[in-house]
Amino acid sequence: MQQVILELHSRGHLVQTWGMEVQRVKITCRTALCSVVFLFFCLSSAAAVTSLTSPTNIFVPESTPAKSIVNLSIFVLTITGIIFAIVFTLLVYSIAKFRAKSESANSEPAQVYGSAQIELAWTIIPTLIVVVLVLATARVIHAIQDAPKPASAVEVTVIAHQFWWEYRYPQLGVATANELHIPVSDPVHPTPTLLRLLSADTDHSFWIPQLAGKTDLVPNHPNSMWMDPERTGIFLGQCAQYCGTQHAKMLLRVSVDSPHDFAEWIREQRQPAVVDERVAAGKRVFESTACINCHTINGTVASGRFGPDLTHLMSRTTIAAGAALNTSENLRLWIQDPEAIKPGSLMPAMQLNKSDLDALVGYLETLR
Amino acid sequence: MSSNAITVPELQVQEKPWVDTLHGWVTTVDHKRLGILYILSSLFFLVIGGVEAIIIRIQLIHSHNDFVSPQVFNRMFTMHGTTMIFFVAMPILFGFANYLVPLMIGARDMAFPRLNAFSFWLSFLGGLLLYFSFLGGSGLYGAGNAPDVGWWAYAPLGARAFSPGHSSDYWTLALLVSGFGSIGTGINIIATVLCMRCPGMKLGRMPLLVWLNLVMAGMVLIAITPLSAAQIMLLVDRYLGGHCFDTQAGGSAVLWMHFFWIFGHPEVYVLVIPAFAFLSEIIPVFSRKPIFGYPVMVAATVAIGLVSTSVWAHHMFTVGMNSYANSFFAITTMAVGIPTGIKIFNWIGTMWGGRIQFKVPMLFCIGFLFQFLIAGLTGIMQAAVPFDWQLSLSYFVVAHFHYVIVGGILFALFGAFYYWYPKMTGRMLSERLGKWHFWLFLIGFHLTFDVMHIPGLLGMPRRIYTYEPGRGWDTLNLVITIGAFIQAIAILLFVANLIISYFKGAEAGNDPWDAWTLEWSTSSPPPAYNFATVPMVESRRPLWDLKHPEDPDSLYE
Amino acid sequence: MSSAAISVGETQQSRSLPYRGKIAMAGLIIAESAIFTIFVVAYLFYSGKSLTGPTPREVLETPIFYTICLLSSSLTIHYAGKSLQKGNPGAFLSLWSFTIVLGALFLFGTAQEWHRLIYEHGLTISTNLFGTTYYSLVGLHGFHVTAGMIMLVIVAIFGFSGWVGREHSQRVEVLSLYWHFVDAVWVVVFTVVYVLGR
Repeated sequence: MQQVILELHSRGHLVQTWGMEVQRVKITCRTALCSVVFLFFCLSSAAAVTSLTSPTNIFVPESTPAKSIVNLSIFVLTITGIIFAIVFTLLVYSIAKFRAKSESANSEPAQVYGSAQIELAWTIIPTLIVVVLVLATARVIHAIQDAPKPASAVEVTVIAHQFWWEYRYPQLGVATANELHIPVSDPVHPTPTLLRLLSADTDHSFWIPQLAGKTDLVPNHPNSMWMDPERTGIFLGQCAQYCGTQHAKMLLRVSVDSPHDFAEWIREQRQPAVVDERVAAGKRVFESTACINCHTINGTVASGRFGPDLTHLMSRTTIAAGAALNTSENLRLWIQDPEAIKPGSLMPAMQLNKSDLDALVGYLETLR
Repeated sequence: MSSNAITVPELQVQEKPWVDTLHGWVTTVDHKRLGILYILSSLFFLVIGGVEAIIIRIQLIHSHNDFVSPQVFNRMFTMHGTTMIFFVAMPILFGFANYLVPLMIGARDMAFPRLNAFSFWLSFLGGLLLYFSFLGGSGLYGAGNAPDVGWWAYAPLGARAFSPGHSSDYWTLALLVSGFGSIGTGINIIATVLCMRCPGMKLGRMPLLVWLNLVMAGMVLIAITPLSAAQIMLLVDRYLGGHCFDTQAGGSAVLWMHFFWIFGHPEVYVLVIPAFAFLSEIIPVFSRKPIFGYPVMVAATVAIGLVSTSVWAHHMFTVGMNSYANSFFAITTMAVGIPTGIKIFNWIGTMWGGRIQFKVPMLFCIGFLFQFLIAGLTGIMQAAVPFDWQLSLSYFVVAHFHYVIVGGILFALFGAFYYWYPKMTGRMLSERLGKWHFWLFLIGFHLTFDVMHIPGLLGMPRRIYTYEPGRGWDTLNLVITIGAFIQAIAILLFVANLIISYFKGAEAGNDPWDAWTLEWSTSSPPPAYNFATVPMVESRRPLWDLKHPEDPDSLYE
Repeated sequence: MSSAAISVGETQQSRSLPYRGKIAMAGLIIAESAIFTIFVVAYLFYSGKSLTGPTPREVLETPIFYTICLLSSSLTIHYAGKSLQKGNPGAFLSLWSFTIVLGALFLFGTAQEWHRLIYEHGLTISTNLFGTTYYSLVGLHGFHVTAGMIMLVIVAIFGFSGWVGREHSQRVEVLSLYWHFVDAVWVVVFTVVYVLGR
C-alpha cells in the first residue's frame, strides 16, 4: 500500500506544474496557430496563381474523359470536404472544451467505456457514404473504359521506348515519333482518337492531364485509351511510370489540329524523305554510319526501329522527346554528345569529325 | 589467510569494462535490450534516409537543376523509399512491440528470446547489406552503385536486361534477409501474446497495444512472404535464366505488380496498426478516461487486417485492368476506410468528456488525428478510380503516403518516444525541447506535404530527377524543399533531446504519467526479469484498479 | 507491486495457455503457405502460356509411387509421435527411421524425374515458362522436404544416442507438424502440376 500512497502524493505535485503548463501551452498554441494560418493563406494564393497558368492542370479538362474525371472529382471532393469539416470541428471542439482546467485537476472525469448507439451510428453513416461514392465511381469507370468505339475514330498505335515515343497510324500509313498530331473533335460529330498502347521495353505511362487520365504501357500487355479534344492547340504531358534513367525527359507533346490541318499533316508525313542534291554528302554520311541501325528515313536504306523515325524530323518542334528544342545547335550537340542534353539516354555519341558532322546536320535539316 | 578468520577487505566496485558492456548488448536476448537496439538502428537509418530525402529535395528545388545527375537521383529515391520502409519504419515498430508487449502482458520476456535476437540481427545486417551496394553494386566492373529501380523494382526494369550489374541484387537480397527477420518477429509476437499472458489476463483484458501488435504480427506472416516469393522468382530470372517476369518469353510484368502489391498494401497496414496502438494507449492516459469502445476497436482492427488483403490493386488502377476489376478494388478500398474512420471517432470519443493534458505525447497524438484524417480522405479520393487515373503516379500520391507515414506514423512514434522514454531510461525527455520539436516539425511537415499535393494536381509525375519550367511547379517545389529543411532541424532537436535527457533529464520514477497498464508498475527502467512476482490482473486497467480500489474497472467489465 | 498482487503459487487460472512451440510452428506454416500460394498462382497463371518448348502433357509422368511414399510418411511420423508419448522409444525410433526412408525415397524420385526431364526432354528452368514455374514450384517444395529431412535426421541421431524421451513429445510433435505441412503442400502441388496443369 505504501507505494500507492506515495504515488498519490506525488500526483498532487505533478498536477500543479501541469496547470501552469496548460496556461503556457494555450498562449504558444494561439501564436503558432495564427502563424500557421497566415502561412497557409500565402501558400494557397501562390498555388492559385500558379495553377491558372499551368498547361498540365488536371482541373482544366479539354476532352470528354478528362471532363468526366473532373466532374467525379468535384463530387468526391465535396463529400470528403464535408467529412473533413465535420470531423475537424469535432476534434477542435473536443480539444478546446475538454482540456484540463487547473481546478479540476485532482479528480478524474467520468470513466465512460463506450456507447453502442453512437458507435452504431458512426458505422452506418460512413458505410452509406461509401456506397454512394462507389456507385458514382463505378458509373464513370464504365463510361470511360467501356465506351463504344465510333467508326470515325482515328487510330494511333503508341509504342513506348526508353526514352521516346513511337507513333504509328496503321490506317493512314504514317510513322512518326515524339510529337503526336490528332484531329480536334466536334462534340456534335465526334472524331475521337483511339490510342493503342504498347511497349518495346519496360513500363511507361501516357499522361496528358488535360486530355485524359493516364494509362500505362506495359510490355506484353496491350492497353487502349481514347480522347476527343475539344479545342485545337498544343497539349503537354510526360511519361508517368518510372522507366529508367531518363524517365524525366520522356515528354509528351500533342498537337490537336483542325481537320484541315490534320489532313495536311498526314499528307506530308506520308511523303518519303525530301531529296536535296545540295546535301548529298550529308546523306552519304548518314547512310554509311551506324545511324541506319537505329533510325528510319523513308526512301533511303535506313530502316532501323530502335530509335525515332527521322523522315520528317524538321516537322517537329523538339528533339530527344522534348528534352531540347529542334535547332541546329541542339541537333549538332545531340549527335556529338547526347549526354550533354539527356544523360543516360540510349543515343550513342556518334564521334564524327567536324566536316562529317556539318554535312550530316545540314542533311537532317532538309528533312521537313 | 588463516582458516578461521575471514577478512573483509575494503570493498572496491570496479566499473564494468566497456568491452563487457558492448558484449552484453551484442549477445543480448532480453526483449527490452533488443527493443532498444531495434529503435537505435532505426534512428541511424532514419538519418541516412533523411539525407537522401534532402538530396532529392535540393535537386528538385527548381526546374532543370543539376545538383545531382539523373543516375544518382534515381538511386536516392530508390534507397530513400527502401530504407524508410524496411529499415526505419518496420524495425522501429518491432522495437517498440518487443519492448512493450511482454511488459504489458506481465511476461518475463518474449516466447523465443533467441529467435528475437536472430530476427534483429537479420534486420540490421540486411540494412548494412543494402548500403554496401554503394561500394559493391556493379560487381567487377568498376565503381559500385546502389539500386535505382524504385523501391518496387517493377518488372522488367529489375531484370538483367535493364538492370545489369548487381545493384538490383543488393535490393533483392537485403530485403529477403530482413524479410526473414520480420517473419521471425511476427511468429514471436503471436506466440508471446497467445502463450505468455499473466494470470487473469484474458484476451479481452489485454491492452489495445498488445491486441493491435497481435493483428500486425499476423499480417506480417501473410504480407511479407509474397514479397519474399516474388524476390525468389526475380533471382531465378536473374541468375538461373528463368522467365517468371520475362515479357519476351510470354511472361507478365503485371504479375510482378500483383505480387508486389499483395505484399505492399498489407505492409502499410503493418506500419500503421502499431501507430494506432500507440494512440490507443496515450490518448486515454492524457484524457484521463479509458479508451472509448474497446471491443469495437479490436473488431475494427481485425476487420482492417482482413479487408486490407483485398485492396492491393488500387496501386494498379492505371495498368489497364478491366472495368470490373477496377470497380472491385474501388469497393474494397473504400470499404477499408470504414473501420479506419471508426477508430478516429473512437479516439475523439475517448477525448470527449475527458480532462485533456497537453503534454508532448498528447500533442503528437492530436497532430496524428488531424493528419491521419486528411490522409484517409486523400486516400478515398484516390479510390475513386477515374480520379486516380489523374492522381496516380503523381506527386499527389507522394503527398498522400507521406501524410500517412510522416504525418501519421512518425507523429505517433514521436508520441510513443516521449511517453515511453521515461520507462526505458528512467529519465523524462525535456518538455521544452519536445514542444520546440513538435511545433517546428508540424510547421515543416505541413509546409512540405500540404503543398506537395498541388504539383500532383498540376501534372507533376513522381520519380523525375528534374522538370520543365513553365508547368507551374517551380515555386511549389521551392516551398516543399524549405519545409524539408525545417523538418530536418526538428529531427536534430529530437535527437538532441534524446541524448541530453539521457544524462540530464528529470528522474521519471515508475509511473510519471499516472497510467494504468502493467509496464508502469515496474521500475524505470525495469529490471531484467520485469516482474519480481507474476502479476495477476482483473481488468483492462490493473493500475487503475489499484489506485481506485473504491471504483475498479473490474466491476464494469 | 502493491500487496494486492497475488503471491506466487496461487493459481487462479483454470485456463491453460497453448504450447508456444506449436503456435510458432503454426505461424511458420501460415507464412510458408503464403509463399507457396504465390508460386502456385504463378504456375496456374502461366499454364498454357509458354511460347515454345515442351508442354506438361508431353513430358510429365505422374509420380504415384513417390507421392504414396511421402504421404505415408505422414502416417509413420504421426505414429512415431504417439509411440514416444506412450513412452515406447523403440517403436518411436523405428517409425521415425521409416519416415526418413520414405522421405528419402521421395527426394530420390524427384531427382530421378528431374534427370529424365533435363536429359531426355531438354526441359530446364530456362527453357520456357512451364520449365521456370515447374522447377521453381517443385524445387521450392523439395527444398522444404530437404530441410525437414535434415531435422528428422538430427532427431534420429539424438534418438539413437538415447537422448530422446517421453518429455520431448511436444517438441517432436512440433517437428511432425512441419512434416505434415510439407505433405499437405505436396498434395496441392501434385494436384496443380500433374492433374490440373495438364
